[in-house]
Amino acid sequence: MTETSLLVGPFNRVEGDLEIRLDVTDGKVSAAYTNSPLFRGFERILLGKPPTEALTITPRICGICSISQSAAAARALADAAGATPAPEGEKTAALLHAVENLADHVTHFNMFFMPDFARPDYAGKPWHDRAVDRFTAAQGSALRVAMDARARLLHIVGLLGGKWPHTLAIQPGGVTRAPTMRDKVRISADLTAFRRYLEQQLFGGSVEEFEALTTVDALADWGRGDVALFMEIARDLDLAHSGQGAGRYLSFGAYPLPNGPIWQAGTWTNGIEGPLDTSGIAEDISHAWMLGDAAHPSQGMTVPDVDMSADAYSWCKAPRLNGLGYETGALARQVVDGHPLARDLAKQGGVLARVGGRLLEIARTQIAMESILADIDPKAPFMDRAKLPANGEGMGLVEAARGSLGHWIRIENGAIASYQIIAPTTWNFSPRDAGGTPGPVEAALVGAPVREGEETPLSVQHIVRSFDPCMVCTVH
Amino acid sequence: MNILWLQSAGCGGCTMSLLCAENPNVIELLEGAGLSFLWHPSLSIESGAQVRKILNDVESGEQPLDILCIEGSIVRGPNGTGKYHVLAGTGRSMLDWVQSLSKKARHVVAVGTCATYGGVTSAGENPSDAVGVQYEGAHRGGALPADFTSVSGLPVINVAGCPTHPDWVTETLLLLAEDALGEDQLDGYGRPKFYADNLVHHACPKNEFYEYKASATKLSEIGCMMEHLGCVGTQAVGDCNIRGWNGEGSCTRAGYPCINCTAPEFEEPGHAFTETPKFAGIPVGLPSDMPKAWFMALASLSKAATPRRIEVNATSDRITVPPSLKAPKS
Repeated sequence: MTETSLLVGPFNRVEGDLEIRLDVTDGKVSAAYTNSPLFRGFERILLGKPPTEALTITPRICGICSISQSAAAARALADAAGATPAPEGEKTAALLHAVENLADHVTHFNMFFMPDFARPDYAGKPWHDRAVDRFTAAQGSALRVAMDARARLLHIVGLLGGKWPHTLAIQPGGVTRAPTMRDKVRISADLTAFRRYLEQQLFGGSVEEFEALTTVDALADWGRGDVALFMEIARDLDLAHSGQGAGRYLSFGAYPLPNGPIWQAGTWTNGIEGPLDTSGIAEDISHAWMLGDAAHPSQGMTVPDVDMSADAYSWCKAPRLNGLGYETGALARQVVDGHPLARDLAKQGGVLARVGGRLLEIARTQIAMESILADIDPKAPFMDRAKLPANGEGMGLVEAARGSLGHWIRIENGAIASYQIIAPTTWNFSPRDAGGTPGPVEAALVGAPVREGEETPLSVQHIVRSFDPCMVCTVH
Repeated sequence: MNILWLQSAGCGGCTMSLLCAENPNVIELLEGAGLSFLWHPSLSIESGAQVRKILNDVESGEQPLDILCIEGSIVRGPNGTGKYHVLAGTGRSMLDWVQSLSKKARHVVAVGTCATYGGVTSAGENPSDAVGVQYEGAHRGGALPADFTSVSGLPVINVAGCPTHPDWVTETLLLLAEDALGEDQLDGYGRPKFYADNLVHHACPKNEFYEYKASATKLSEIGCMMEHLGCVGTQAVGDCNIRGWNGEGSCTRAGYPCINCTAPEFEEPGHAFTETPKFAGIPVGLPSDMPKAWFMALASLSKAATPRRIEVNATSDRITVPPSLKAPKS
């Protein structure tokens, strides 16, 4: 038996800073420890400020999930105010949020995930020349087209939200700008352009046809666009069985609309559906450089351990739902919502499943956005007034590109007395809990092959990036 | 010229914004100017050990470095150790890396208001003891000393903004590639004048409302947001409304106030971002370069002269009264 330890970092083409320590036994990862090495303390920055400041400050937690943070803050404040947004404002906020999530998925696939297959390490593989042509980092033909398409898609945020990232357009009562019919046709043109990109490049076929896939076998037989290249690589490298998770998925439900969310909230645990009950959430801090006890986020604190005691190894807390870690993200969202392809992918639960789930969600999001837009009535009001209480509590739950995001606020005497945030990557990249149980990525990495002499194992890179981590959100 | 880009304690949003560059996209724009990334955390292939080698080679001088771009503030906590941000895989604080690599770079560019002055990361109680690369808020001297100059002789170039406009970053890099960005092209806070000599007010679509002080009273109303809603576009530097963001956008165009995100200490305005502080009912902040007495006189005169169209529209969420049309001449 040979045993070594590897320290992997800086881990790029993820958002933010990530370090992973690997124990390697006989050429396989035997234990993984994920470290989020940056602490900024947003939850403390907010203390004592007027509650509305969360709308300006929390988006700046993250430059890639900015609208998600904004939407979660707006909903937490609305909850505290006992208010609901104006229906057209809610739809517009959902559209803004969907643009960000869709842009993030496309960025992830083209710029973060696929370039690894263009590495010289894979030279000689039957697909390698095509991977190099399409996905060489910062150069490939697919990246360039995707970058242009993404920039144009974000024109929708420019128009409705002023800029991306860091808009202040989403408010507890709706949105700050009432779009006109002219705005609607402009946005429609941007969506049509994005559909063209998806159908000509990424899918090589219609998004409706892709959404209609129901099995992994059908996905494997898709045979068109960059999806086909990915599936060919996935088959060759057996990505189906790489980085398999525990089969527990969580979603807070995506895109709340006046008649309910587009995609349902809940849990899915190895085939069993469950309702979402956030009262069972607790953040364990046994292996985080944090002081205090495990707590529900409405009671939680953020007190960094400046001595960085030896038992801990990350600034990230370890959220658990009824004591268990959950995987969250596009795959989880689609599994919980019950899409047959996602449910079939969940039987694998590995790298292929996560990327496949994201591709499925790209198709579904495009369709959903077109329908949200069509339903917006430019003649109606887009903002209702939400009067915040001097004392109260609120919870804002949304689905960011990377999964379930929650904000919990407590207001006392008109000021923020507590603000706790659990981000998607806090779930996925959590360290061990008090029971020593690893977080989802830590567990998924066990068994990953490490080739002789590898310092930054490729298998580990594929698995980690399949989760699309956002480390700046993680600790915040 | 090569560029090494480090992400320090920020949100990564300035990179995300950079990827919104258009006509051409950032890859083609930089390629065309002979600029390339030695390493960029969101774009480059190198990960882990390969990155450590690049950093070590730059530090040892084996790898020459033309431009060091730093995004995000630099955290000094806890207790001056910088351990709130250890650069993954290196065991060394980002503070240490920035101080070391800055000496090797021909130019040092701070990208975004976190990197320039500390920004939102330094807001509130500033839990991580964050500063900018060469400024602590409005005061010179941050992670690098006040008198720091890079190999080129320039101080840190401060491309401030939260986030930065993609063009502010790319055009700064293009000017450096042309050797056309001297110290005289930077303003008093080290910001490139090509965008910092404008005010956000310039080309703001609410200018007619401003002329009459026809004010929005609540977010979503289309009037001027200076009097009640905290807008400081008449004082904030930036050509946001001239260029537009993500196509035709800007903060004020989307109906929310300019919060002066290109300025040092914008993160702590001393009042709620969307409320204008007032003394005896009069806004405390004045438009840049405007004498107070004249401002007061003009404001009261123009308010009195406000046409009905402008008065009504100011508190509506869309144009309800259109401009009158001239009758045909005959």
